[in-house]
Amino acid sequence: MGAALPPGLQAIVDEFAECDRTERLDLLLEYANGLPDLPERLAGQELERVHECQTPLFVQAEVDADGPVRLFFAAPDEAPTSKGFAGIIHAGLDGCTVDEVLATPSEFALGMGLAEVVSPLRMRSTGAILARIKRQLVERAPDAAS
Amino acid sequence: MPLPADHDPKFAAYAHPERLVTTQWLEDHLADDGLVVLECNEDVLLYHTGHIPGARKLDWHIDLNDEVTRDYIDAEGFAAMCAARGIGRGTTVVIYGDNFNWWAAYALWVFSLFGHPDVRLLDGGRAAWVAEGRDTTTDEPAVAPADYPVVARDDAAIRAFKEDVLAHIGQGPLVDVRSPGEFTGELLHMPDYPQEGVQRGGHVPTASSVPWKRAANEDGTFKTADELRAIYEGEIGLASGDDVVTYCRIGERSSHTWFVLTHLLGFEHVRNYDGSWVEWGNAVRVPIEKP
Repeated sequence: MGAALPPGLQAIVDEFAECDRTERLDLLLEYANGLPDLPERLAGQELERVHECQTPLFVQAEVDADGPVRLFFAAPDEAPTSKGFAGIIHAGLDGCTVDEVLATPSEFALGMGLAEVVSPLRMRSTGAILARIKRQLVERAPDAAS
Repeated sequence: MPLPADHDPKFAAYAHPERLVTTQWLEDHLADDGLVVLECNEDVLLYHTGHIPGARKLDWHIDLNDEVTRDYIDAEGFAAMCAARGIGRGTTVVIYGDNFNWWAAYALWVFSLFGHPDVRLLDGGRAAWVAEGRDTTTDEPAVAPADYPVVARDDAAIRAFKEDVLAHIGQGPLVDVRSPGEFTGELLHMPDYPQEGVQRGGHVPTASSVPWKRAANEDGTFKTADELRAIYEGEIGLASGDDVVTYCRIGERSSHTWFVLTHLLGFEHVRNYDGSWVEWGNAVRVPIEKP
């Protein structure tokens, strides 16, 4: 693996890696349930869709000058897997600096042991969500991308 | 002993009404011996958010496919998968799932490759059960393993491979059940779905386009026998003795149509090409028709 993960995300990866198969699914569901709702100002707005997720997921990454990255997600309750991935990324990266998020390797989820319970095909979504977050950040904070 | 069939009047006009059950029938029979209910979804976590009481989870990707070879599990694997879910050869299996029963129909088709005698779909799937406010639970049932015999998989009758499809062009009807944009080659994947690396768009030469969804009502239940006949026999001229091949992108939507033709309309020779467009659109030197 390349660069070190932000500590919060690393802790989540470790938490999953230490679980057995059944616990991993329960934990993923906990992250799905823990995903915050969209704030009112974003509700009803058209956010970017993560097409790589088989079930609908929408993401918006925001950053103020020198401020932390804020991540917002929307997914229907019928799509708990997408919600779970979003919940992990939210818990691990919301509040990080732009540089920390941009330095997070897109294959960060490989060490979680989720592929065997969720299937490798479905795991592609995690990298796709992160890729879209990074692209939005680069567009919104061009200085940070240098 | 198989459970009694559901004598719902809508089903009576289908060729094999015993292959479907209504939500009410299922609720009435949930506690019966000899019944195992399986939930098979696109979303692998959905079962864990709540499922029909007693239902066991079956994941199409993890439980039905070989981990290494791109193929289904073998006879030993199927026997072990069934046994772990309390299914014996004589068990009545009812399968339901999300997204219009796509993966439920796919799972039923895989059960049929192994000749499981009594396997049925829940008409309307998960959505109907939930919409009607019927009970769900997050409790996973304690399952007593059953004995399931090792029965060889028989691909010949209901599964088509690429070579079979090549030989079928010009010889018999092919039904492409993908969306219109995928059929013309404008799209390489389902609308709003991930691009899964298909290099060419279009369809198998001579295929007719009948998107799978035409067989379903908005609530996920199947259309009536008359409505289905008007589409498949009336519009594209299929006859029940025809040797028909269905395909889609990876074989799940075409399992839905396979179920319709085989069990609802009584066609006797329908094969599902599970390699479907992900194989055909990448294969070297196979013919493609566009638009």
